[in-house]
Amino acid sequence: MRSKEKNWRLLFGGAASVCFLAAGFSLCLGNISIMPVELFRILCGGGEGISRSILLYARLPRTIAALSAGAALATSGAVLQNVLSNKLASPGIIGVNAGAGLGVTVCCALGVLSGYGVSLGAFAGSLVTVCAIFLFSFRTNASKTTVILGGVALNSILNAICESITVLDTDVAMLSIDFRVGGFSSVSYTRLIPAVILILFAFAVLFTLCNELDVVTLGDETAQGVGLPVGKYRLLFLALAALLAGAAVSFAGLLGFIGLIVPHFVRRLAGNESGKLLPLCAVSGAGFLTLCDLISRLVFAPYELPVGILMSVIGGPIFLLLLIRYKGGRRND
Amino acid sequence: MIEMVDVRAGYGKNEILHGVNLMAPKGEITTVIGSNGSGKSTLLRALLGFLPVWGGDVAIDGVSTGKMKEAEIARKIAYLPQGKNIPDISVGRLVLHGRFPYLSYPRKYKEKDFLIAEEAMKQMGIWELSEKQLSELSGGMRQKVYIAMALAQQAPAIVMDEPTTYLDIGQQLMFAEMIRELSGSGKTIILVLHDILLALKVSHRIVAMQDGKTIACKAPEDMIASDIFRKLYGITVKPFQTERGRQYYYETDEKWVPPFL
Repeated sequence: MRSKEKNWRLLFGGAASVCFLAAGFSLCLGNISIMPVELFRILCGGGEGISRSILLYARLPRTIAALSAGAALATSGAVLQNVLSNKLASPGIIGVNAGAGLGVTVCCALGVLSGYGVSLGAFAGSLVTVCAIFLFSFRTNASKTTVILGGVALNSILNAICESITVLDTDVAMLSIDFRVGGFSSVSYTRLIPAVILILFAFAVLFTLCNELDVVTLGDETAQGVGLPVGKYRLLFLALAALLAGAAVSFAGLLGFIGLIVPHFVRRLAGNESGKLLPLCAVSGAGFLTLCDLISRLVFAPYELPVGILMSVIGGPIFLLLLIRYKGGRRND
Repeated sequence: MIEMVDVRAGYGKNEILHGVNLMAPKGEITTVIGSNGSGKSTLLRALLGFLPVWGGDVAIDGVSTGKMKEAEIARKIAYLPQGKNIPDISVGRLVLHGRFPYLSYPRKYKEKDFLIAEEAMKQMGIWELSEKQLSELSGGMRQKVYIAMALAQQAPAIVMDEPTTYLDIGQQLMFAEMIRELSGSGKTIILVLHDILLALKVSHRIVAMQDGKTIACKAPEDMIASDIFRKLYGITVKPFQTERGRQYYYETDEKWVPPFL
């Protein structure tokens, strides 16, 4: 037990260090580089000129956005995987992100553009989707692969509705180009702050209920046998996963695969115990997405590749690999 | 003592239990038998508060379970379900979750919980497996882990649904020995068993169920003397004496027709 605890601390320390370095590089590097000393001075309220403006109004919100979206989506993926007992579940694959995207598109079409309005719209969209997936999987007793395929179908339906709204409303079309791919080039404090508050709230609740989440994964009857009202808690966890994904999508757009890749690797390193899995997923997801965003900014500078594209390039092959390994290449369930 | 009086319960609008009575005195083993679909598992679900009771009452030490919260019931009765998941979890962590009904703010297990879980694993002889993953163990060992989890729950009663399903003969005998010891230590045990010979060997009293009703509640010897087994399964159970005590066997009637046909 003690050696496991020590290993986890080392892993967490390593991931936190990578996350810290990624955030530092993200703030310092770009078309105009900012030296660490100057960065520190500006963050402490000093500094002036263009460096200050770039840092405070472009790189800082962007870095906070990448950190919080990475943490939220990775944690949301881990929670969904536990609650649906399916390691292939992630907000991008089963349509939760698409639901959030539809929520944001509807908000834009209705002219609700305030930060809280968009965040709550995204949350509502992802919550409805996650509940639909939940009902589909448990009412029909669907197999794990069927749940994924059902989610893919739902994803497609939600995207089709989004497209229809975009075609009919030209204002929404303008907003949705960045949003579809996912990225942080147009992130603003107005969108970011309400979403970050919702993400922090969801983390506070989730990290308190790690044992409850573990007990849910033991199966309904075992969980009820130790006094957990399973139905209520399953819904609560799904709502929290939806809140995390919805809040992230509201400012980052439809970022795929991070909710799948990060929990998968963290599980291999740290095991399935939620008390260790969730914090490590949050820190690793934050660091990974910030690094990806940094790469997508720097590789083709002065042009910028949306981070969503980079995530798909990395995530697509990993997902295929996972599918093959998970089913062992077998045709049947 | 656990008592069910004239309990009616079911799923949706479908009533499965039509007035069930059961009494499980402290420190005794009470076994529920009956053919498939007679309502045995539903009885346990109603007893544990998993299903709402539509009529009658379930009481633990005189207090109705309807007035108790889930965690409160779990502190009184530990439960081993029939079809258990095999979650990706270590043995030690699973047994520790037996302490879940005692969790309070800030929802973290305390040193005392770890010590009780360790004690339960030692009692079941699985302490050296605590770091292993549950999925790496055989069916019999997994059953031991779940029993250790029930022991860690420190409930005065343990309810088990078909606990011998995945066990070979040797493990079934070990299981029989173990629940005898648990009952000897003062635990109230309620079992659902298909194996009537095992039920006769281990139980202090047997409750027979048919079509959602309890049709008999007697000591094993009185059960054999009655024609309940013929009524339930179309068989006659006979005792015989060996050097190691009283044993049982059963035989079918000459022109045996399964009672459910």
